[in-house]
Amino acid sequence: MIVSLTNIKTGSKVRVVRIRGGLGIRQRLSCLGIHPGDLIVLQKSGFMRGPVLVNIHGNQVALGRGVAAKILVEVEL
Amino acid sequence: MKFALVGQPNCGKSTIFNHVAGYKAITSNFPGKTVKYSISKMTFQGMISEIVDLPGSYSLTSFDLAELETRKYLLKEEIDVVINVIDASLLGRGLELTLQLLELNLPILICLNMIDEAEGKGININASELSRLLKVPVVTAVAHKGLGINELFEETFKMGQNPVKSQYLSFSKDVEQVIQHLIYHLKKKNYAQNFHITNRFLATKLLENDQYFIDEIKKINARFITTVTDYQHQLEQCRDRTSDVVISSERHHLSMDLYESVVTLSKPRIEIRHYLDNILMHPVFGYISLILVMYLFFHFVFYVGGLVEEPLLDFFYRLLPLIEERLGADSLLFYISSGVVQGLAGGIAIVLPYLFPFLLGLAFLEDLGYLPRIAYLMDTFLHRIGLHGKAIIPLILGYGCTVPAVMATRILESERDRFIASVLTTMVPCAARMTIIFGLVAFYLGPRAAFLVYILNIIVLAISGKILSSLMPEVTPGMIMEIPSYHIPTIKVLLSKVWLRMKEFIVIAWPLLIVGSIALSLLKHWHAESFINQLVAPITLLLGLPIAVGVTLIFGILRKELSMVMLVQALGVTEISTVMNATQIMTFTIFVLFYVPCAATIAVLIKEIGGKRTIETIIFTFFIAILLATATRLVY
Repeated sequence: MIVSLTNIKTGSKVRVVRIRGGLGIRQRLSCLGIHPGDLIVLQKSGFMRGPVLVNIHGNQVALGRGVAAKILVEVEL
Repeated sequence: MKFALVGQPNCGKSTIFNHVAGYKAITSNFPGKTVKYSISKMTFQGMISEIVDLPGSYSLTSFDLAELETRKYLLKEEIDVVINVIDASLLGRGLELTLQLLELNLPILICLNMIDEAEGKGININASELSRLLKVPVVTAVAHKGLGINELFEETFKMGQNPVKSQYLSFSKDVEQVIQHLIYHLKKKNYAQNFHITNRFLATKLLENDQYFIDEIKKINARFITTVTDYQHQLEQCRDRTSDVVISSERHHLSMDLYESVVTLSKPRIEIRHYLDNILMHPVFGYISLILVMYLFFHFVFYVGGLVEEPLLDFFYRLLPLIEERLGADSLLFYISSGVVQGLAGGIAIVLPYLFPFLLGLAFLEDLGYLPRIAYLMDTFLHRIGLHGKAIIPLILGYGCTVPAVMATRILESERDRFIASVLTTMVPCAARMTIIFGLVAFYLGPRAAFLVYILNIIVLAISGKILSSLMPEVTPGMIMEIPSYHIPTIKVLLSKVWLRMKEFIVIAWPLLIVGSIALSLLKHWHAESFINQLVAPITLLLGLPIAVGVTLIFGILRKELSMVMLVQALGVTEISTVMNATQIMTFTIFVLFYVPCAATIAVLIKEIGGKRTIETIIFTFFIAILLATATRLVY
């Protein structure tokens, strides 16, 4: 099932399928090591539509809601 | 010889730089603090060379201004050795930049920094294998402890004497083939020479749709772009992805392959700091901790400052009558020397007691790595005023000094965000204004009143942000920010940092305070200050302040501390509370807090956001100051 990063449970391990949005956001995410095919763990989801915190290759990255909504992921079973 | 430190943000470039250059570059634990390069001479075992600390750069395909600066520097300047610093605990990601550097065909050396951090995470790196695969020397180091620095520079000088140019690593066959075809066309046209780069580097950047190089090529030969787009299409067909993703994925896979061939994983060490975020970034406890941290910080500064301010002030005020006795109350010499004493007193007794604990506390929070956590916590609120979480970093730095804070807005991606953040930053009470709040409001009206000023300030910032962002509607790109691990800073680094920032006060502000005090003394001696006071009278009358305050407001534009230090002198009393009541003290403080940014800030604003916008900022802040100060007069 493919959903956006904002729609998954805290603590789930997911695989990035696609990044919606333009060149800018794709490249900025790729700089921090987030590419299609990568495994990420959703560590925290801020309350009040706050940002999400993910763990990617052992590094913590904070993503604003709007950015997280553009990352489509597949939940690993 | 000239060496350049290049690497991703927060990998320790400035720490290495400071080791060999003396503490000159501010280091902190958040990505992107170095926004412009620093350069210094260094001597190592009798050899002299120049070393450049470049802003951190995730990639050589650059967007933000700091990264662009790095790339420009790398391509333009003659650099003998590029020292590529990598945070060993993030090796996989760091190598993506390394692969791009290798394409530049320059003498390169790799420094695996924070190797202890990596081992703690269970990442054990075989450095000699990495060196063999990349065909460049690799040195391991723990820069903040000074380990490996000697070996690093031994290797660097060796490389400088016998330079070996780096070689690129090939991508997958099908992608590589497209790149080689484009290189063939580029070679015929000789474009790469215009930029002093290799054909290979230019080819990959063009395929990645790098705006800068595409625009430059368009300028030279617009028709060539069709050749480029042809090859971009070929790549897209190869992989069914856009060409930029194809290239970045190739680099990513290559890095991951390298990572896997040199790293053996072991069980990570369990450390308390890895669990800290469970509380400090918690949706509820995170905010409670934030308020607690701020409260403790505030009290620390107030307590330490108050402890020292009173006895010191007493001392200086006992000194004045003595001088008067010696020199005679009307002599010019008395006016000059009382100016000097009052300038000195203001610096020593009012400014320094608060400045030192404040800067120490700020340095501690910065180096610990707490700032990015605040950005995370504040993101949702900042969205409501049209910015995103990262904008909190310049705002927090603004509590230290507005000048570097305005420069720190470069970490924001959009020009509009940078403008709004710059305007808001100028309204954050910097250390100079903090001394006014503490030395005047807290000292005479109590700490609660001072706290009120800070709360009011934050509310005003939020409303101003909202107004500005609705005047310039644009969707902010959203926060994408690394949250680094916590580091306990060493006392030595903290003190060096505080000293570097205090030096600014001692060297620039203090002389100004003294000159300002002398100038005011002379104005008084010649009875000229009433002329200036008359000019400012419309404002002072509106705000219900003593007319004599006028002249301090003018001087305050030079340095904000001047307003307060000279207040004592302008009013001709030692105890301000005898001539100004609580309302007047509060009104004065609120006005000084917001009105016109200081001269140094105006200069940096012109550089960062342009002259027209700077004038808009000055008018905007002045308007807010008048409005709020009038309200304070009526309400407080």
